[in-house]
Amino acid sequence: MEKLLNWVDDRFPLTSMWNDHMGQYYAPKNFNFWYFFGSLALLVLVIQIVSGIFLTMHYKPDGALAFASVEYIMRDVPYGWLIRYMHSTGASAFFIVVYLHMFRGLMYGSYKQPRELIWLFGMFIYLALMAEAFMGYLLPWGQMSYWGAQVIISLFGAIPWIGDALTLWIRGDYVISDATLNRFFALHVIALPLVLVGLVVAHIIALHEVGSNNPDGVEIKKTKGADGIPLDGIPFHPYYSVKDIVGVVVFLMFFVAVMFFAPEMGGYFIEHANFVPADPLKTPEHIAPVWYFTPFYAILRAVPDKLMGVIAMFASIAVLFVLPWIDRCKVKSIRYRATIYKVNLAAFVVSFLVLGYLGMLPTTPGRVIAAQIGSIVYFGFFVVLWYTSKNENTKPVPERVTK
Amino acid sequence: MTTDNVDTSKRRTLTLATSAVAAVGTGFVAVPFVASWSPSERAKTAGAPVEVDISKLDEGRLLTVEWRGKPVWIVKRSAKALEDLKTLEDSLSDAASEKEQQPAYATNATRSRKPEILVLVGICTHLGCSPTFRPDLAAADLGSDWLGGFFCPCHGSKFDLAGRVYSGVPAPTNLEVPPHYYVSDNVILVGEDGSAA
Repeated sequence: MEKLLNWVDDRFPLTSMWNDHMGQYYAPKNFNFWYFFGSLALLVLVIQIVSGIFLTMHYKPDGALAFASVEYIMRDVPYGWLIRYMHSTGASAFFIVVYLHMFRGLMYGSYKQPRELIWLFGMFIYLALMAEAFMGYLLPWGQMSYWGAQVIISLFGAIPWIGDALTLWIRGDYVISDATLNRFFALHVIALPLVLVGLVVAHIIALHEVGSNNPDGVEIKKTKGADGIPLDGIPFHPYYSVKDIVGVVVFLMFFVAVMFFAPEMGGYFIEHANFVPADPLKTPEHIAPVWYFTPFYAILRAVPDKLMGVIAMFASIAVLFVLPWIDRCKVKSIRYRATIYKVNLAAFVVSFLVLGYLGMLPTTPGRVIAAQIGSIVYFGFFVVLWYTSKNENTKPVPERVTK
Repeated sequence: MTTDNVDTSKRRTLTLATSAVAAVGTGFVAVPFVASWSPSERAKTAGAPVEVDISKLDEGRLLTVEWRGKPVWIVKRSAKALEDLKTLEDSLSDAASEKEQQPAYATNATRSRKPEILVLVGICTHLGCSPTFRPDLAAADLGSDWLGGFFCPCHGSKFDLAGRVYSGVPAPTNLEVPPHYYVSDNVILVGEDGSAA
């Protein structure tokens, strides 16, 4: 065995890769609950890829056959229902895990110097994930698939001059049609997963280059022992690999509970209108995106002007990219930051949840005003952060991590 | 390899020239891939004009036909509905149809070739939903001053019986009038302006 390993190591850096990323990757010893969601996101990615591959074996990306082929998977393919519900539950689980992972970054300042690139790669992952989810949602070819895509593609029509030509090009037809379905299928099963996996690799390589942040926001590499190993670091394997397995077990308990007992989640994970085949001549009474898009959808609807609404919606995501440069506070962790940051972050989370709720409901004048207030609080987070973070009244940060 | 006495500016020029040629080549290679996303010949053929016989269309009723996969409405309006159109002008955002949402021959008070026959693309100009036809006067959910028209269930946009958008709703413009002409008294061809246009 030893000889075989040596033989491989002479030809491929297997042992050194293992050590760099697992066996001798020293992670801070004070990781808490919030540090489960990175590895869980990786787990969900694997679930989605595996279940997705098996779905493509039975699915037909054809405007005339797609809806029936999904029903065929649900009714006739052995365990087809299980694989499909695994994939649909996985989509929502992906966003739950990713939102919690991003919130962790906001709390402990994980996006700050020297980890700006990790945050940027992460934001691109989030963007690719949204595109992946949007295109995947068209594939069942139900009413909500069809009209949801109609609404989202129409957003590009708001761009001056080229808008109409651009939407025609994206659809490949004068309406959403078989051509659109087929190309979305190609992007969903090949192009975007490749991009996603590549970005995940870049995200992890960048993380392992600078080392993990932690709930105290202390750089453990600053305090090393005589052997050059951070005093507050423990090897990722076996310490965190085993700890993460506990997280995986608990996560999977929730995951399979949803998959078996509430795969539609009362219309939040799979919307009711999607059990009706796509009909280009009849719009459903109420169109709402799936829950993970609703905060941005609420921002879109809060602005009375079409072009400005589209700009506001894209800006709400774009502003996250520059977060590492908006937040000018040197202290990373929320534990040692001023009250203003805690209040600001809490308001941001509340506005995100409220917008998410409003985005699911039909509009009324009152709800439009509520969404406008929510949008102001959402963008206000970044404005307040820019002005308060420069000279924030922070607490002293310890030299070493606390427990 | 030693770089002493090497004219690096020549190397740089060569590298730049090679990169530039490669970039242009990549641009050309991208053309077929980008172009392949445009509507195919089959899709363009399917977008051909549609002939509609309106001899059986009753007053106040709506007929939906499919053109380029989109719903096209043909509505026969009553004389009273045409009168009502004039009273609405203050509550509309483009009452005179100044924005180009219709061919020149439909840029008039009724937005149509024949006053009573309205031809519209049944797609909301906000985000592409298909509004519902609500000819019922003073509908309970639309207010006692509702004179009939179209209501979009997606985001609440309202249009009158000429497809003109009310002000204060999300839709930015009037509903689109597609190109169309009368082949004969009772036959409309949707999708072409006709030679007489």
